[in-house]
Amino acid sequence: MTVLLFGVTRDIVGNGSLSIPFSKAGNLDTVGELKAYLKQVYPPLGELSSLAVAVNKTYARDTDPIDRMDEIALIPPVSGG
Amino acid sequence: MSKHRYDRQTRLEGFGIKGQELLGNARILVVGAGGLGVPICTYLNAMGVGTLGIVDGDTIDQTNLHRQPAYGPEDVGKPKVSVLAQVLKKQNPASLIRTHREFLGPANALELLEPYDLVVDATDRIPTRYLLDDACVIRNIPWVYGALHGFEGQVSVFNYREGPTYRCLFPRIPKQGEIPDCNQLGTLGILPGIVGSLQALEAVKVVCGLGTVLSGKLLLYNALDQQTQLINFGRDLSQDARKIRDDAHYAPDLCEAGGGVTLSQYREKARKGRPPLLVDVREPHEFETNHLPEAVNIPLIELEHALESLDVPRELYFICHTGSRSSQAFRKLNGRLKTATIYWIQGGMRDIQAGQP
Repeated sequence: MTVLLFGVTRDIVGNGSLSIPFSKAGNLDTVGELKAYLKQVYPPLGELSSLAVAVNKTYARDTDPIDRMDEIALIPPVSGG
Repeated sequence: MSKHRYDRQTRLEGFGIKGQELLGNARILVVGAGGLGVPICTYLNAMGVGTLGIVDGDTIDQTNLHRQPAYGPEDVGKPKVSVLAQVLKKQNPASLIRTHREFLGPANALELLEPYDLVVDATDRIPTRYLLDDACVIRNIPWVYGALHGFEGQVSVFNYREGPTYRCLFPRIPKQGEIPDCNQLGTLGILPGIVGSLQALEAVKVVCGLGTVLSGKLLLYNALDQQTQLINFGRDLSQDARKIRDDAHYAPDLCEAGGGVTLSQYREKARKGRPPLLVDVREPHEFETNHLPEAVNIPLIELEHALESLDVPRELYFICHTGSRSSQAFRKLNGRLKTATIYWIQGGMRDIQAGQP
């Protein structure tokens, strides 16, 4: 499972994407579970009040299912102008 | 309208005389006259948008010039809207430019938006975008969103023909300090030019009914690898009921943080008794450009470490550009200094420069 990182999530993780190994990704069934897992590994992600998640380029809610072949994107609001 | 001026545009198949007429009748409000606002206004004005409103209470700063090429060194300290309006009038004398030298806030948002058909967001604050979203839903006006983070940009069109809105994408307002801004992160001069140009294009598409408007789609742009992504999203009906809420809603942490004082309250205190310590928590390059004479500069990131070696008097005040970083400094240190009471100055250097103490 690939997780693309945008805005401050890229800064938190220190890279533009993350690969979640098949063994781990197989146990993550929903967007909410993936978020909980990522917050464990990168606690500052858990502090973001607004974080949109897209699964295969479509906005997804916490209860939406995910598959280990999916491409996920973490999209926080960005501020500059 | 001079036909000759727009010849290369009107001969474009799919745009034509009809497109030019639609542009000429359009009334567009651009909120912000900075990095995004300059390219947005420059192109919309050059292309022949009939009425262009510009809202911004800010003045031009030395550190703006690398990304706001309508301004030069001799403009530093002048109001952005006035200088930009002069430039635009010279570029296209036929267009009507309306300037509003104020910041968009809960008190003036609905009134400012009322005479316009379309709003283009060129602000540099996330809470202002929530306000813009609420005001546009209430006024039933579509708005073109654009924002930057480092080498990345986001663009979308919200509230277009009952389409999704900003709150559908980001339902909750981030807390102060969660998302860094351009003053902290820095920005490459060209990036707001690219993102602002994409926004101007979407504005023209909305007005002229051209192509596929970026409604229900969020464009993510990465300048470093020239990658774009389009994310699809829908309207969240639970976000349909809107009203303009109070200041505390759009700047929750600033109000909840406590310890906030106005500049005049600070000055009053500073006149009496033992002078307080004023710490400017902006970056050194910002401090160099302008600062209050009594201020010492300790960037937010170095604050905790630096204060250990400072002789802190009974009262400690923080100041920054807008109140965002100074309130973070307050939250970081409040209750941790045994001998000092801490405050932060609302509005910050931006309001001082804009002459709004």
